[in-house]
Amino acid sequence: MPVTVEVPVEKWAGTVRPVVLGATAAEGGTRSHSLTLGGQATLPFLGFEAKAPHPPRVAVEVWNRNPGEDWPEPLTSAWGAVLDDPAAWTQAAEATGADLIALRFATVDETGAPMTGGKARQVFKAVLKATGLPLIVFGPGQAELDNEILVAVAEEGAGERLLLGSCEDKNYRTIVAAALANGHFVTARTPMDVNLSKQLTILIHDMGMPLERIVTDPTTGALGYGIEYGYSVMERLRLAALQGDTMTQQPMLVTPGEEAWRTKEARAAEGVPAAWGDWATRALNWETMTAAALVESAADIVVLRHPETVRRIKHMIAELQQA
Amino acid sequence: MALSGLEIYKLLPASSKDPAEKAHGNCKECGYPTCLAFAMKLAAKQAELAACKYISEASKAKLSAAAQPPIRLITLAADGRSSKAGNEIVLFRHEKTFYNPAGIFVRVADTLPADEIRSQAQAVADYKVDYVGLALRLDGVAVEVASGDPAQFAAAVAAASAAQIPLILMAEDPAVMAEGLAQAGGVTPLLCAVAHTFADSLSALTQLRRLALKKNFRPLGYPAIAFPYLGGGGADMEMILAGQQIAKYAGFVVLSRFEPAEVYPLLVLRANLFTDPQKPIQVEPGVYPINKPTADAPVLVTTNFSITYFAVANEMESSGLPAWLLVADAEGMSVLTAWAAGKFDAEKIAKTVKGTSIADQVAHRKVVIPGHVAVLMGELEEELPDWQIKVGPREAVDLPRFLKTAW
Repeated sequence: MPVTVEVPVEKWAGTVRPVVLGATAAEGGTRSHSLTLGGQATLPFLGFEAKAPHPPRVAVEVWNRNPGEDWPEPLTSAWGAVLDDPAAWTQAAEATGADLIALRFATVDETGAPMTGGKARQVFKAVLKATGLPLIVFGPGQAELDNEILVAVAEEGAGERLLLGSCEDKNYRTIVAAALANGHFVTARTPMDVNLSKQLTILIHDMGMPLERIVTDPTTGALGYGIEYGYSVMERLRLAALQGDTMTQQPMLVTPGEEAWRTKEARAAEGVPAAWGDWATRALNWETMTAAALVESAADIVVLRHPETVRRIKHMIAELQQA
Repeated sequence: MALSGLEIYKLLPASSKDPAEKAHGNCKECGYPTCLAFAMKLAAKQAELAACKYISEASKAKLSAAAQPPIRLITLAADGRSSKAGNEIVLFRHEKTFYNPAGIFVRVADTLPADEIRSQAQAVADYKVDYVGLALRLDGVAVEVASGDPAQFAAAVAAASAAQIPLILMAEDPAVMAEGLAQAGGVTPLLCAVAHTFADSLSALTQLRRLALKKNFRPLGYPAIAFPYLGGGGADMEMILAGQQIAKYAGFVVLSRFEPAEVYPLLVLRANLFTDPQKPIQVEPGVYPINKPTADAPVLVTTNFSITYFAVANEMESSGLPAWLLVADAEGMSVLTAWAAGKFDAEKIAKTVKGTSIADQVAHRKVVIPGHVAVLMGELEEELPDWQIKVGPREAVDLPRFLKTAW
């Protein structure tokens, strides 16, 4: 006797807020196209409930200088000589299939001298010219230098709808003001906590920043280094968004590339157990697995570092979008 | 799905429409003053249904059905090793926890020579990797009939079972399966292969889990098995799909091959996602060498909350600076939380310094405490008169700079 099974379908009150990055010439910028995030009306990739209008996007990191010793060999060798030239690196990143370029400024320039707003402008201009993709720009994560660099970049790229990061609870006002004045967007970074994420979104919104211009960065740990906290915080934020909590409905950006390539699994060539397997394969798999788990738990942008991870994650997303 | 006390009460004699049964309502023979009180105890699982002598057979059947777990527990056992799946009660780990880590099996085809099957099964059985003091292991081998020949399949199963780990037998023809089973002896055969691609697997496994938990749909209340190598994405997509299936919501996952560089991240992902959110992973207290430290390297104290440990260890690893990381048993709490709870005080730090081999490892007598517990400095100087106490930064990210300038 055939059994009729009624598939349980969840009805949600809320949707993720659409955010449109990058401005074309018609919109006052120079990007070849803009990119929409968000809009989902259900949990990730449950096509039987609702088609996601926009898939998660992959951003690739480009630095203002060669990361050198900061990056382990399997990562630097994947890019080769382009690491010395941000514009060439940007083009190589675009060629991997990146949806966005994430320009990350270090505290120093290619000679080891401290970064300045003026130098940042030059690098930014070169990268902007090298690609038509929408851009994310990250400061080095030190409040004073973040402000100097991001204000300079915001002015230089006025009208481009850049995503500027990272706003944190201790330092967001200057970045938000610069983004407001020049038509940009901001990321709101908080340490793996649902309420802190919501609170920072409210604070930034209170400065007059429209919610349509805020992307949250709930942060994550790498696989094996606390990913379960980031994973669950993202699931909880997305559930809250779908349940109709308007201040949690921002698209989410996370940086699995940065986290995964800091781990011992990615960095240690020798002196590790044989059970860890081949270094280059394991290191790459560490970034892949970290990024993949975060895509499953509702990331809208994953910022990656290795070209092969980009290919794999793009493939995974394309497969999942077929639902 | 568990019934509430009131729902149970409606099935007890006091609520019965049958006068004969109703006459026994609130009879107190079960030891409780009323049927309602008994129902509450039943709901709290503090009483046995058998204590009621007058409940109708129909009610009894309903109650015992409700007491069954929505997803049955399945145990695949071999001599001394077993792999369990099922008994899950939530869709999201933050709602409670995921209980039984998805079993990870490696496929071997029966077309391989018996020696090769034996050695692969042994490699899977022996694989062990340490992760913050936990020994992570694979669960077993899945023997697949690729030959179509019952005798060859039986020989392959016999070769694999020498490793004494749980087995999954994969054969469509019942006659072939019977031959294999005869060799395995007492293996629990497994259920439903489900949809294979990324999208189909996620939809199907989510629907199965929801039907079991939200609709209490018994016929599908069993763990599912997944075969990520059938996802069609090519060899390097298999690990990613296996990761998805571990997260959402397979009971067993069969890999097409044994590759340590893929197995290790999968085992760590599983260990992370199946951690009870209310009992965070703790790091084994003790001395952790970072970047091959010598006797001159700095000694840094922190707590055994995994995230705290990782924050410090990661910053130090990536800085390239050598150090001895001294992890105190703070019952798995972060620095500030542990300090506030009295689990990371001068006494505890002193005990950690004295109770480990750190004094033998280093030639100096200087120890760095986290900036958040700078107030402990005076007390700690009394507890550790031979040691110079230095106050480090509050955040791990500032450690490399601190060590370059202040050590």
